[in-house]
Amino acid sequence: MSKKAHVIAAALVFALLPAAAKAAKDTLVLGMALEPPGLDPTTGAAAAIGEVTQYNVYEGLTKIEEDGKVTPLLAQSWTVSPDQKTYTFKLQPGVKFQNGEPFTSADVKFTFERDAAADSTNKEKASVFAKIARIDTPDPLTVVLTLKEVNANLLFNLGEDTGAILEPKSAATDATHPVGTGPFAFADWVKGSSITLTKWPGYRAADKIKLDKVTFRFINDPAAQVAAVLAGDVDGFPRFGALDSLKQLQSDPRFTVAIGSTEGKTIVAINNKRKPFDDVRVRRALAYAIDRKAVIAGASNGLGVPIGSHYTPNDPGYIDLTGLYPYDPAKAKALLREAGVKTPLDVTLKLPPPPYAREGGQIVAAELAQVGINAKIENIEWAQWLDGVYKHKNYDLTIVSHVEPRDLAIYADPDFYYQYDSPKFRALMEAVNTAPDEAARLKALAAAQRQLAEDAVNVFLYVLPQVSVAKAELHGLWHNSPIFANDLSAVYWQ
Amino acid sequence: MTTATTFPARAAGHWSFLVGGALTLALLIAAGVSLLWTPVSPYVIDVPNKLQLPSAQHWLGTDALGHDVFSMLLVGAQNSILVGVIAVSIGFSIGTTLGALAAARGGWLEEAVMRLSDFAFAFPAILTAIMLTALLGPGIVNSILAIGIFNIPIFARVTRGSAKAVWARDFVLAARAVGRDRFGITVTHVLPNVLSILIVQATIQFASAILWEAALSYLGLGTQPPQPSWGRMLNDAQAQLFQAPWLAIPPGLAIMLAVLGLNLLGDGLRDLLDPRLARRR
Repeated sequence: MSKKAHVIAAALVFALLPAAAKAAKDTLVLGMALEPPGLDPTTGAAAAIGEVTQYNVYEGLTKIEEDGKVTPLLAQSWTVSPDQKTYTFKLQPGVKFQNGEPFTSADVKFTFERDAAADSTNKEKASVFAKIARIDTPDPLTVVLTLKEVNANLLFNLGEDTGAILEPKSAATDATHPVGTGPFAFADWVKGSSITLTKWPGYRAADKIKLDKVTFRFINDPAAQVAAVLAGDVDGFPRFGALDSLKQLQSDPRFTVAIGSTEGKTIVAINNKRKPFDDVRVRRALAYAIDRKAVIAGASNGLGVPIGSHYTPNDPGYIDLTGLYPYDPAKAKALLREAGVKTPLDVTLKLPPPPYAREGGQIVAAELAQVGINAKIENIEWAQWLDGVYKHKNYDLTIVSHVEPRDLAIYADPDFYYQYDSPKFRALMEAVNTAPDEAARLKALAAAQRQLAEDAVNVFLYVLPQVSVAKAELHGLWHNSPIFANDLSAVYWQ
Repeated sequence: MTTATTFPARAAGHWSFLVGGALTLALLIAAGVSLLWTPVSPYVIDVPNKLQLPSAQHWLGTDALGHDVFSMLLVGAQNSILVGVIAVSIGFSIGTTLGALAAARGGWLEEAVMRLSDFAFAFPAILTAIMLTALLGPGIVNSILAIGIFNIPIFARVTRGSAKAVWARDFVLAARAVGRDRFGITVTHVLPNVLSILIVQATIQFASAILWEAALSYLGLGTQPPQPSWGRMLNDAQAQLFQAPWLAIPPGLAIMLAVLGLNLLGDGLRDLLDPRLARRR
């Protein structure tokens, strides 16, 4: 009996082998560093949510392409009134949600009103949704947004994960079981390990989708990320963390390594209200004391573009301000003396877990020591950072990367954790928002960037690179991250 | 024959005492030397020369930021000894006092001290230390405190147990008969008789303290950069496991040898100091 069983088992294995090999071509396992806390990007702030859901499960009215351009998605086309306060969207006809409900203008109205509601926790609530004065739906395929004030970034904002369109009946449970209009439907979530999406046959362009099943696996430890890639446990890692091992992976023909850019503005954030940092000379001294090149070399394996303000070269209207404070320890010392700071000055430098902070922080501390600033390093977890630094502003210096695109407006909020309170800058941001045309807007944006650099609000270091590693046969993954998303609709195996 | 004259002779033939002593001495020498001299300053960041293999300039290579690993190892020994000495001193002084008091007074005081130490034992040591440092904030002072606090019930128990036995001995009864008070008896009779046991315990706790400090630093709760610590070196090496696997060996070996040395020394001391064992030989 047992011999016979073995023969049958062996036959089964051989029969299954070709099928298994074929099936491997339409499944994908992607690695991600952090697990999202929920799956509703309109209520949760974690960037990891959008990495799973954006353009896969949920869609917005617009789509942000890999190069940062805005293209139509759920909206077929739109017109903007001359005063830039009224947007009329024509919606895609024949679109359905994954639970079978049709997509209409009522869903857009419902979603945006939910995002603007008093109890909304949408992280773009104040900057986008609360500024919508009225939402009109003259017919099921037309939406008219009337704004309280001009928002030149509106079309971009609607393509971010915070602008995802939800369906009223399923919205309440979207955090655990997301339902959208995208090409992939939620299948399974093994907490602490992985999330699986499967191709949704009801998608309007389902025949163009090459993948059948996508699994996101969460691997935080950089060494474990390398191990997972080398062992083939993951097919791709779009935001790979182990930058020191790139050389090894680049020389391995099994993998392709792509180096792109993100919107992550890595900065040494300064508490502008704490003495002696309330003195602009002291903040400028910090800027002179820190050598961006050394930080990039040590914390980011030499990858990363230096920046001189809170804006990246990918953004419209970028001006290069990196020359404003060249690395000059002597000048930094002179400025500290001029400001009457007694050295050595004892300050704390709080560092969240990512390598750009933990390794970059050691370099920053060593450089500050050269000019007589004794920065005591405190390694903290994200929860402590969010509560102590971000919420309660209890810090002197910290290192963090702001990944939200085009977010100059945070500096107009005197209550933001930098505690930068400048009427002049607020006026400049007002000028950006009310600029009559694009040329005037870019000019105002340049002035705003320059103001932040001149006030040395923070020490602006570099743009976080995006390093993606994938099996050589895998194509179509984004190599740049204008927003944190993994658009899988164009991903295929060859 | 008395212990004093035979101690060196017996010690010379006791291999675990000798090996343990030698390893502990090496630890002390490493820390001592690093106070005066290191090949390269362990605080110097030299990014262009990161992740180098051992060479004439960098005897054990360099880490991810270009720190000299050998220098960090030497200075890390200082750190381990500092944590060990202070943490064990906290535990020793408070624990022994409480234990001796419990044994001398008996009654509700003894009950209270012993139940409290039971309570402390109910929590795994390392978890307690993690909780304390998470609560008080990371840093070397707080990790010393956390380890020290955990040492208190250990010393309290050992002291109370052995002191109880001494209290039942005839010479203590004699002292009580002539009217000595409990405090006097504790100082002149009880403590000298339990001291050898406490020394052995202190040696072993010293080893545990080094291990705990390494564990806390490994988890990022102990010594903060740039101060070198063996535990944090291990953590840093873990991140480089695929690029520079050799980085994990020096701190791992250092922790192992230091803990092994102190444990062997403790074992040896127990054999050599225990009067009953001495008489049997």
